[in-house]
Amino acid sequence: MATAADPAAPGAVASATEDNRPIRPRASRDEIAQRGVIGVLVLYLVLALVLPIGMVFSKALQQYAFTPDQITIAFGRGGAFEAPRSLQSWIDETGYVVNDGLRASERTRVQIVRIIPRPARAGVEAYRVTDASSAGGQLLLGQEFSAPGQTIEVPAADLGRIQVRPQMSYGLGNFGYYFSQKSLSDSIRNSFVIAAIVVAINVPLAFGFAYALTRTRIRHKEWFRLISTVPILVPSLLPAIGLVYLFGNQGILTPLLFGASIYGPIGIVMASVFFTFPHAVIIMTIALGGADQRLYEAAEVLGASKRRTFWTVTLPGARYGLISAAFVVFTLVITDFGVPKVIGGDYNMLALDIYKQVIGQQNFQIGAVVSIVLLIPAVIAFTVDRVISRAQTAQFSSKAVPYQPDEDVRRDRWMLGHCIAVSVFILGILFMCQFAALAKFWPYNLTLGFQHYQFNKMDGGGWAAYWNSIRLAFFAATIGAVLVFIGAYLVEKGRGFVAGRIGLQFLAMMPMAIPGMVLGLAYIFFFNDPSNPFNFLYGTMAILVINTIVHLYTVSHITATTALKQLDGEFEAVSMSLKQPFLRTMTRVSAPCCLPAIGEMWMYYFVNAMTTVSAVVFLYSPSTNLASVAVLNMDDAGDIAPAAAMAMMIFYTNAAVRILYGLFSRNVLGSLQAWRAR
Amino acid sequence: MPEPYLRIRNVSKRFGDFTALRDVNLDIGKGEFVCFLGPSGCGKTTLLRAIAGLDIQSEGMIEQAGRDISALPPSERDFGIVFQSYALFPNLTVADNVGYGLVGKGMPRADIRKKVAGLLAQVNLPDQGAKYPAKLSGGQQQRVALARALATEPGLLLLDEPLSALDAKVRIQLRGQLKDLQRDLGITTIMVTHDQEEALGLADRIVVMSQGRVEQVGSPVEIYTSPASVFVADFIGAMNFVPARVAGPGMIEIGSARFAAETAHINGDGRALAAIRPEDIKVQGVAPGDANALEVTIDAEEFCGSYMRATVIDAALGEARLKADLSMNLVRGMALTKGSRLPVALPPERLRVYPPLS
Ligand SMILES: Nc1ncnc2c1ncn2[C@@H]1O[C@H](COP(=O)(O)OP(=O)(O)O)[C@@H](O)[C@H]1O
Ligand SMILES: [Mg+2]
Repeated sequence: MATAADPAAPGAVASATEDNRPIRPRASRDEIAQRGVIGVLVLYLVLALVLPIGMVFSKALQQYAFTPDQITIAFGRGGAFEAPRSLQSWIDETGYVVNDGLRASERTRVQIVRIIPRPARAGVEAYRVTDASSAGGQLLLGQEFSAPGQTIEVPAADLGRIQVRPQMSYGLGNFGYYFSQKSLSDSIRNSFVIAAIVVAINVPLAFGFAYALTRTRIRHKEWFRLISTVPILVPSLLPAIGLVYLFGNQGILTPLLFGASIYGPIGIVMASVFFTFPHAVIIMTIALGGADQRLYEAAEVLGASKRRTFWTVTLPGARYGLISAAFVVFTLVITDFGVPKVIGGDYNMLALDIYKQVIGQQNFQIGAVVSIVLLIPAVIAFTVDRVISRAQTAQFSSKAVPYQPDEDVRRDRWMLGHCIAVSVFILGILFMCQFAALAKFWPYNLTLGFQHYQFNKMDGGGWAAYWNSIRLAFFAATIGAVLVFIGAYLVEKGRGFVAGRIGLQFLAMMPMAIPGMVLGLAYIFFFNDPSNPFNFLYGTMAILVINTIVHLYTVSHITATTALKQLDGEFEAVSMSLKQPFLRTMTRVSAPCCLPAIGEMWMYYFVNAMTTVSAVVFLYSPSTNLASVAVLNMDDAGDIAPAAAMAMMIFYTNAAVRILYGLFSRNVLGSLQAWRAR
Repeated sequence: MPEPYLRIRNVSKRFGDFTALRDVNLDIGKGEFVCFLGPSGCGKTTLLRAIAGLDIQSEGMIEQAGRDISALPPSERDFGIVFQSYALFPNLTVADNVGYGLVGKGMPRADIRKKVAGLLAQVNLPDQGAKYPAKLSGGQQQRVALARALATEPGLLLLDEPLSALDAKVRIQLRGQLKDLQRDLGITTIMVTHDQEEALGLADRIVVMSQGRVEQVGSPVEIYTSPASVFVADFIGAMNFVPARVAGPGMIEIGSARFAAETAHINGDGRALAAIRPEDIKVQGVAPGDANALEVTIDAEEFCGSYMRATVIDAALGEARLKADLSMNLVRGMALTKGSRLPVALPPERLRVYPPLS
């Protein structure tokens, strides 16, 4: 009989010491394939995101200054050269103001002829100009830069061909300059003030709207929900154009402003409220929709008044939604440049400054500095949003009993009024744009016609721009949805290669923190560099697709990840035991189960690719003009009615794609998803 | 013992600072049905996943059919697995689920169809092939998962709490079917469970685990009758534990009463823990001369249907209170109630002595 006295547990095997070694798991061919795919995606995000953004930082630190003391010039008279003099001594002597006293930038050039006065050059037959600097490249003759210490000899007539360019060094000089220029640094304050005002208006507005959708018994909720999402389908330029027609110099409602001008803060705030509204509503609908009926019953049992229940149950329950909506709206406003471009007048905002510095003044360094200034609030807002969304996911319990709004006629009447008011604002602007686009000659001849739709007769790219946009949206959506899903799948369900998966996850979250303007500028720096082997992409449709996929990567990635997390964690384990490759499990099981999410990702990509201006405004070429950019450029050229017409084309396209997708998902996806039925 | 089918040597698994498995050694023979039994969180699933290669051990060796598989990925090992969630592919029909592992192996479609039908018949689900998993009951889903795991004819079947998500009645019914199927196929099977009844009823051998360690390995009868440690004794079945002292070779003292028991393995200062199961206390036909006999008083009763679990005390036992099972026949025949005196015996071969808890 075995007793408890046995030294080892009966049946257990005595320990064999020779095998006490750490195990290094061997990777299967499947895992190696996964590593390869992760590697490709990481490489893509590094090339299309990290390196370009790195270039912004490096550009911001590049400062340029003229160093005339390092250049000497010798006059050749009578067949012999006199002793050389430094250019600095000429400047000191003549009091010449280099570059009109403006700060030198990468592209600034100064001609030597302008520094040395004509009388001093009398009788000179030839010049020897020497670049004495150790880095060289200060002198420019035709297309050629000088080498360090090189002397260039030219006949007298050719002195005009020699240009001096500033020398580059790394430092914080650009930042110092930026903050010393009131017109520039004022933008920081302007941007923050405007964004804060929009938050202050929009959060209560959207809260009320979401409250009406989730906590009341008003009718036609679905219609209101639909109307509230309309602004997502249009570029942010559209509300600005609509407001110009409503309140501009020739607007129909201009008297309502009592002399104030819509061009400036008022217009920016109104248009920003319009285009950020749906984002706030969606966030708050989710926050309010997760309410637990039992909390409200408890409050009632405890005898709390309606008002008290609102302040102690409803608001705290929605606090994450409120904070998150505030940050999202703030970021959207501060990073948008379409609205201030159209309706800002001379009120400067950060994102617009980037555009002006780069497109207007070709001052890339200052553009980079503004980008970094803009990046700071964007990164902060992003971080807060991520922290909050994690807290919010933890807050919702799956056991919550869905809230059932009680009967309250007075409340419902107020809320219905609120919804109608907001809907009138949204639809009013949309209708105004459409009407203006059709009116023959606003405001004098209001006969309707299609002459403003003859885009080919205007600057901005014509109808080709529209078709380019559709191509861009289609390719970005299709390639993007596939790419992002594969990435999310490997992050969530991949095996081993933890470092690679964490790296990909990190890179996937990055784009959300990068404003579109900054990304676009980064692409100029990175891809427009002739020494970059990917330079050939510059100006092609491909770079627009690459940029758009990266720009919108994060939200799609989160959508895919959320859907994948809901799948059973053991699908992959079962597949491995059945010796099936991950690719088969992904295509045969995981992707079909996530089809609704993939459709959502596709739609998100498509709609945003149609409406975005910020990133692509730096990247389009004459052959890849885009509809959204055409709106901007036509408005800029004073063709406001055609701009409105094109903006409405974007709206109709997005609306049509949405409706088609709705029908498609009801019929085709519906039949593919029959397995969901119990 | 013939060459074992699965040899586990010195297997340890750490998650960061946490050690989930400590130096596990185990042999499993071909065709055996082995249960890993232990409280939740003791490392059963971790050990199962190490055997599957899903979470490879930090140290140690695992050998299957003479092949060192320690570092191999799951796809290069030979096993079928059923999870507690079943992990059925929801968008594939039952037939496609079962045939999932057969595709891509050069097997003609017709053969796959035939084989799937055969498997479904084997798990008592004929004609369910065209349905989607969501349309099946829990028990049916469990059997589909089983059929899917068996389809590739693996040498080893791994089951992680396959019955725990089911209603009690279905669970017992499926327990029988599972055992029959395993016996018919002769497939080496490891099942993880925290349900001792399940383990005792199903397993050829049980591996009792606690805090990442193997506490005892043995047949259900061995585990039940000769628990190797206080933990095993306590975890499985009901057990009286009372403090005792070793009073001499083969002799212990509880209170002031002396009992014969195996004591050779107790060293130290003589303090010990005596253990006996309530049903092992002899209550019928106890003669005054019997070994370890004494008279006790019933202090409390708990009616358990077919028997009465009585708490008995006696001045000689000191503070010790023992639970003893009295058949209802006896209770009625002797008109036993609270306060009744009755002779009992603690048979020496049933009375076990453990080192004291530190
Ligand atoms: N991936 C993991 N990371 C960290 N700890 C883990 C992980 N998997 C399991 N553990 C821990 O290891 C212990 C054993 O887990 P498990 O083997 O699942 O227990 P059970 O016996 O209930 O199946 C538990 O304490 C668990 O928290
Ligand atoms: Mg477990």
